[in-house]
Parts: sequence; structure tokens; C-alpha cells
Amino acid sequence: MTAADQLIIFDNVSKFYGEILGVNRVNLQIAPGITSLVGPNGAGKSTLMNLMTGLLRPTRGSITLLGIPTDQPERLFRKVGYCTQFDSFPRGVTGREFINSFLMVHGYDRRRANQLSHLALERVNLVDAADRKVAGYSKGMRQRIRLAQSIAHEPAVLILDEPLNGLDPMVRAETIALFRKLAAEGLHLIISSHILHEVDMMSDRVVLLNNGYIVAEGDIHGVRDEMEEHPMQILIRCDQPAKLAAYVFGQKHVVEARLHEDRGGLFVKTKDADRFYLMLNRAVAEGEVNLESVAPVDDDLSAVYQYLIGTTGGSA
Amino acid sequence: MSSAIDVAHADAEKLPLNWSLWLRQVGTIFRLEIQKNFLSRRSTLIYLIAFLPLFPLVAFAFVTPNTNEFRDFNQYSITYSIIYNGLILRTLVFFGSAWIFMNLFRGEIVDRSLHYYFLSAVRREVLVVGKYVSGLVTTVVLFTTTTVVAMLLLYFPHFYSQSVRYFTEGRGLGQLLTYAGITILACIGYGAFFLVVGLFIRNPIIPALLLYGWEWLNFLLPPVLKKISVIHYLNSLVPVPLSEGPFAVIADPTPAYIAIPSMVLVTILVLVLAAFRIRHMEIRYGSD
Repeated sequence: MTAADQLIIFDNVSKFYGEILGVNRVNLQIAPGITSLVGPNGAGKSTLMNLMTGLLRPTRGSITLLGIPTDQPERLFRKVGYCTQFDSFPRGVTGREFINSFLMVHGYDRRRANQLSHLALERVNLVDAADRKVAGYSKGMRQRIRLAQSIAHEPAVLILDEPLNGLDPMVRAETIALFRKLAAEGLHLIISSHILHEVDMMSDRVVLLNNGYIVAEGDIHGVRDEMEEHPMQILIRCDQPAKLAAYVFGQKHVVEARLHEDRGGLFVKTKDADRFYLMLNRAVAEGEVNLESVAPVDDDLSAVYQYLIGTTGGSA
Repeated sequence: MSSAIDVAHADAEKLPLNWSLWLRQVGTIFRLEIQKNFLSRRSTLIYLIAFLPLFPLVAFAFVTPNTNEFRDFNQYSITYSIIYNGLILRTLVFFGSAWIFMNLFRGEIVDRSLHYYFLSAVRREVLVVGKYVSGLVTTVVLFTTTTVVAMLLLYFPHFYSQSVRYFTEGRGLGQLLTYAGITILACIGYGAFFLVVGLFIRNPIIPALLLYGWEWLNFLLPPVLKKISVIHYLNSLVPVPLSEGPFAVIADPTPAYIAIPSMVLVTILVLVLAAFRIRHMEIRYGSD
């Protein structure tokens, strides 16, 4: 098995809907773990997911998932599950029939399909409602039954388009825990979401999209570190913030030092966070200040999103 | 390698890509579609349409029109041929097939549920075959029943003993089977056409009406053009041919040994086209 057989690879992929750009010149390699696609509406998140699953075909370039081209659904969907945003179902089916029927289309016999669908229903906590018609489900239950359908055949790659939409906080937390568990088992999870703090919590890496282009990708802290045009802001709570301000102000990498409104802390903007932390350690060692806490203020996805895309993104 | 990937690979090995898997998948798709065709709310309408020609014949069983044609048993084969041609073949089978086969894919696009099939580990060509076979079985069951029951309803209520002799000793049974065979052939041919139309065209009613017009005008067309139609081959097989009127352009009927294989061959070609189309099809419900 080659390295490509364990990666999701986008090779110079573009998708146009006539004259309209879907995504352009996407080059990506996604390793196992949780990868989140983040961006405003129309950024190209769903397009990227639909391309990954062969529901759309690239205008240019090629995509392989674990070495399988996306135009071979008979091979691809043995390893891939996709929970789309389409909130629609075949008419008149119960939750269990819905999952069973598509497992049988996969090729499983009735007995194995029953086993797998029951396991999937258990995983999304929907066993009690499994024999009710899907048409009578709440939005959250419909979301969960789609999730169950996408994981029922035990895929190695799970693609989830806004999977937390419509879920109440309790189920949301359970679902995130399920994603983490699946990622720990070695799955690729590709998740799109508007809810940045949840993405921040669960993702191993993020892909930020805007207007069909990838604007940043990688581990969120790594992405933040690379944004030289936006110095990192750090809040230092200490006993003598004014003295600390004077101490740091002479450093070349510090571009701003500002006292907190309550006069109990100092905001520092630095182009080189590592050097700043070294300097701060020195100040403490020399007895200049006594620290209470040190925390980056904009080293999260929301800040990166705001800097790169220019809006504050979504929230729960 | 991780356990989850191991599981997926193990399952992949359990389900080898071969004919036995494809046949099983065709069977599953067939069962799902047959349930939809026969047991869903939508199927009420198709039952109504399928059995519509029987209502006047049931009425005829109780009340005999006071005209010579209906008093003469020998005229019944011509009467049935007229009913079959005008009401069953050209109207019921045509529009019934259009409704059922177009909905196989177009209906799922409208319902936004086609992607579930596309997200299954199934060759899209297998999907075409499964859906086509389900549509074919549905139309054949419904319309052949109508063809047979209509004939029996015409003959038996008024001339029971003569009808028994006609169907057991005379030409009745042969004609009945021939009409049923023509109905099956019509379902095969029209079915493939409407399936592919439903895949290519957003509003398939327009091409259906165009084909309907073409089929009705077939009697006016020169012999070469007559052959670019379904109805020409079906008419060639009818056991009691009807006059097509004074303006009709006469052409030799195509013999059954050419008509039947030709229809089947064209159907296969149309299904290959459908398979090619679906292989390259994208899911974009918004634009559909």
C-alpha cells in the first residue's frame, strides 16, 4: 500500500457551474483525523464535499480517496460514507428500513444489513425511534438518521456536511464525542461547520475556504503562526502590568502593548510569539513581575477566520 | 493501519465486484422500486389509469348498445382491435409507461432522494438495470392485465358459449396472447425511451407529447420514416389489422422475426445510452 492509499488527494481541482466558480485550483492532501472545512455560505464547502464523493465531477483536476478515483462509486462507497445536507428521504420509510435498504443496495444480505443498521442506530442513539416513519422525525432526528446511514457500512472515510445542524446541545456534545471516537479509530472525518468554537474544539486541522479558494489549511495554531500580517495578541495578567509594558516595549517583535481596562493585565501584540514567551520567562525569572495568567487572545479559529475571511463566522 | 480501515478493507473483500453481487444489487433495487410502484400513495393513480379502459367494458357487460356491430359475434375481433389500438396501446400503455418510467429517475430528482443511490457502493449501470426491470415488471403486470381482462370483458358477457369455443378451439387464445405480447413489447420499447428521456430532460412531458404526435401521424409518413417509430413495429404484429383511412401511406408490415429483435436491440442501445448518462450524472437538485 502506498502513502496515497491512506490520503484524500485533490490535485489541482476546479469546478465551474457554467460561468460560476464553485472551487478553483484546490490542492489538498488530507490525512486521517478530523479535518474541518470552514468558510462563509457560498465559500465552496459543499462543492468540495460533493466533488469528493462523486456527486459532482471536477471541471479540471482529479480527486482520489484512499487511492480510489471518485468516478468509481462501486469501489469508493465501500470506504466512504457521506452525510449530506439534503434534508430529504425516500417516501414512506421508517428509520430502520431507510438504513437497511441502502445497506442491501451496497450488497449486504438481509441479516448482516439488520446487524449493521442496528449498530448504527445505537451509535446515534435512535434505536427507540427506528421503527417510526422518517417523515414524522424532528429535524435533529432526521440529522441523526442521515448520520447513521452514512456510518452504517463502517466506512474508513466519513464526510459530514454541517452534521451538527438541528441538534440540541446534549446530542451535539454526544455527536462530537462520537466523531472523536471515530477519528481515534483511524477514520478520516471531513466536517463542514459554521460553528467555529465547536470546530476549534474537535478538529485536528482546518481548511479555510472563501469564494471557492482555499485561503489557509493546516493545524489551527500553525495557520495562526503563519499569519505574519496579523500579530498575535496575548493577555498577560500580572501584579504590575504597567512595569511589564515598559519592559516589553523595547522589543522589536512587540508592536503594541496596552493596559487592560481593569488595570490588572496587559495586552501585547507580537510578531513572534515564541520570542515573546522567552522574554516573559526572563522577566519573571528576574523578578520584574509576578504572573497570574498568560493566554493568547486571538489564537483560535474565530480570530483566524476573522482575519482571513473578514467576518466573524457563525456561532451556536 | 487502523482498525476502522481494516474493517472497511475486510468488508470490501467480502463483497467482490462480480456478477453475483451485481445481480443481488439489481434484485434489491428491483424490490425497493416495486414497493414504490405498487404500494405507495402515488401508485393509486397508476392503478386508476391502468384499469380505466375496463370501466366502459364493465358497463358494456350490463348494457348492450342496440347496433348491428354488437349483435354480430364475428365483428368482435375488429371491435377489440379498435379498442386495443386506440385506447390500450396508443393511450394507456403509452402514457402509463411515460408516467412510470420517467418517474424512476426524474421522480427521485424531484423528491431529492436520488443521491442515496449514488452514495451506495453500486455501479450506476446496475442502478439503471434495476430501475428499468422494476418499471418493466410494473407496466407489464398492469397493462397486460388490462389487455387480457378487456378482451375477456368484451367477449364473454354477451356470447358466453361462443366465446368459450372461440378461446379454447378457435383463434381467440392465439389473439389474446398476441395482444398481450404486443403490450409487453410496447412496455419494453416505450419504457426504455421514457427512462432515458427522464434522465436527460428536466421536463420530459414535452418529448413525450412529441413522440405521441409522431406515433399518431405514423400512418401519413413515407415507409422509410414509418420505421423510425415504435408503433410501426407493434402494428405489424397486430392479429387483426385495421384500416388507417384513405390518406394513409401503405407500407408493408415488418415481419415478427425482424420486428421483435429490432425492438429489443433498439431498447438495449437506449439503455446503454442511459447507463452512459447516469455514469456521468451529477446531483444538483437546485438546478433541476
